[in-house]
Amino acid sequence: MGVTGTPVIQAVESDAAAGPGQPAVQIEHLRKTYGPLVAVDDVSFSVAEGEIFGILGPNGAGKTTTVECAIGLRQADAGSIRLLGLDPRTDRDRIHEVVGVQLQASAMPARLRVGEILEMYRSFYRDPADVGELVEALGLAGKRGAYYKSLSGGQRQRLSVALALIGRPKIAVLDEMTTGLDPAARRDAWELIAGIRDRGVTILLVTHFMEEAERLCDRVALIDGGRVVALDTPAGLAARASGGKTVRFLPSAPFDDRLLTGLPEVTRIDRPGRHVLVTGTGELVNAVILTLAAAGVTARDVQLDSSNLEDAFVRLTGTHLTPTSEGASS
Amino acid sequence: MNSLTMPATQSSATGSSATRSPALPARARRAAFGQVVLNEARLTWRRPIGLIGGVAIPLLLLVIFGLLPAFKQVPAAFGGESIFDAYVPVLAAFGLAMLGMLGLPLPLVSYRELGVLRRLSTTPVPPTWVLAAQAVVQLCIAVASVVAIFAVSMAAFGAPAPKSPAGLVLSVAVSTAGLFAIGLLIAAVARTSTAANVIGRLTFFPLMFFAGLWLPRALMPGFLLDISNYTPLGAAVQAMQASMQTGFPPAQPLLVLAAYAVVFGYLARRFFRWE
Repeated sequence: MGVTGTPVIQAVESDAAAGPGQPAVQIEHLRKTYGPLVAVDDVSFSVAEGEIFGILGPNGAGKTTTVECAIGLRQADAGSIRLLGLDPRTDRDRIHEVVGVQLQASAMPARLRVGEILEMYRSFYRDPADVGELVEALGLAGKRGAYYKSLSGGQRQRLSVALALIGRPKIAVLDEMTTGLDPAARRDAWELIAGIRDRGVTILLVTHFMEEAERLCDRVALIDGGRVVALDTPAGLAARASGGKTVRFLPSAPFDDRLLTGLPEVTRIDRPGRHVLVTGTGELVNAVILTLAAAGVTARDVQLDSSNLEDAFVRLTGTHLTPTSEGASS
Repeated sequence: MNSLTMPATQSSATGSSATRSPALPARARRAAFGQVVLNEARLTWRRPIGLIGGVAIPLLLLVIFGLLPAFKQVPAAFGGESIFDAYVPVLAAFGLAMLGMLGLPLPLVSYRELGVLRRLSTTPVPPTWVLAAQAVVQLCIAVASVVAIFAVSMAAFGAPAPKSPAGLVLSVAVSTAGLFAIGLLIAAVARTSTAANVIGRLTFFPLMFFAGLWLPRALMPGFLLDISNYTPLGAAVQAMQASMQTGFPPAQPLLVLAAYAVVFGYLARRFFRWE
């Protein structure tokens, strides 16, 4: 507790360049209420430089409110927030220079051209990115002369990301950037985010898509009811929630269950129909297949189910993420 | 625990923001504002509602009135002016009102709806810049509109030169300030562009009545004229007409317009929402 005064002084002298070891984002005990509604109850996490950090949760969990407080759009009621050592309540201007934001549900005037919008936003920053390079990287090179209203949903989303990156930010905050995109456009967006990180940008990614968090994030904070219910790597979360792995296969010949139940990796065997379902832990697949092969049985049609983030989420929050709800969250 | 709930003011005591250089050097800031103005101008040109209502329509009416022989009459009640001459300030007020009450608020409300203002609050540039840029663009159109109306009325239709050019400039300036303040309040209270459009139009037509568009002020019965004198467009026409006909305008219409500018400007500032 004695060191709480130090970051403030660092922030003054660091000129937003986070010192080595200093987290890119540090949020402690954030709380935000709207009247009687507690949007964010108690959220703490820290994001290392160069990390893709996911904030995952169902609609209304407090994800958007958390990032809005972090970027200074809203005033937190309590708690402390530091972005590269800067406090959004007192260093809003400096934060806006080093943090690029892609907001949920924000559009541009219909009759501005892509190039005109980019040039305008570019003029807001001291050391901006090159518009040509940026549109090239985001697949908008052929669209510089196009009116905003003529862009597809995916192109608008990419423009929005371009605007978040045009000031060469150290941190990019992307709020529900793939909501409303078709699966192909969503996969393109994921590649894009990975590419941004490769340029050394720290990414705070708000999402309610499991698959997105699983594919992209180095670590994930699961938020529910305004609180962090779990914080780990996607695999770590999945493992934490898992009751083990399951191998399902079609044996080439009949065999005795005891052949497999004797293995340390196997916890149980089921036989739904002609298939065999083996549940267990560790190097389950290898153990099962090698043992069967030694007994002269071939496992065909092998399927491995390991529990995923979705299972973890359901286990940890007791609710499902609704894949159909594309509306505004939080 | 108390170190975590420390109030915002405490950390600002280090004076961190004062010791840092501003977001952009002054010249780059001016260039950036220029970019915002440029895009606002492009949008105004590409969706020229303000240009049509604020410039084209009053000019068209001016030409039609100028070509009608009946408008060359000088009725006794008009104090030596022809009907056409009396309509010149009315049409100038028409243009200013269109720009102030529709041209200015409509884009601002649609930007709020689209999230443009909110998006700008996450950049080093404040969203007030869009408002200022929009005001600059509308102001340029307003100047062009008023200059065109007075120039065409004198050059093509023989209207007399204003008795007090300085009074006319001042009258136009306070009229513009008053009408733009009303437009900003519309932008502040209207939640949707449709609402802004409806409020703008519902305000525009009664105000144009008191300006004398349908019944010239010279023919208004006493009680109507009294009301007209306290409406923004009535006061605008009164001040411009006096500058044209008699000399420097009386204080009353100028003060009425200044009061509109101050009160509505204050209310707009008080109630404006950025998201």
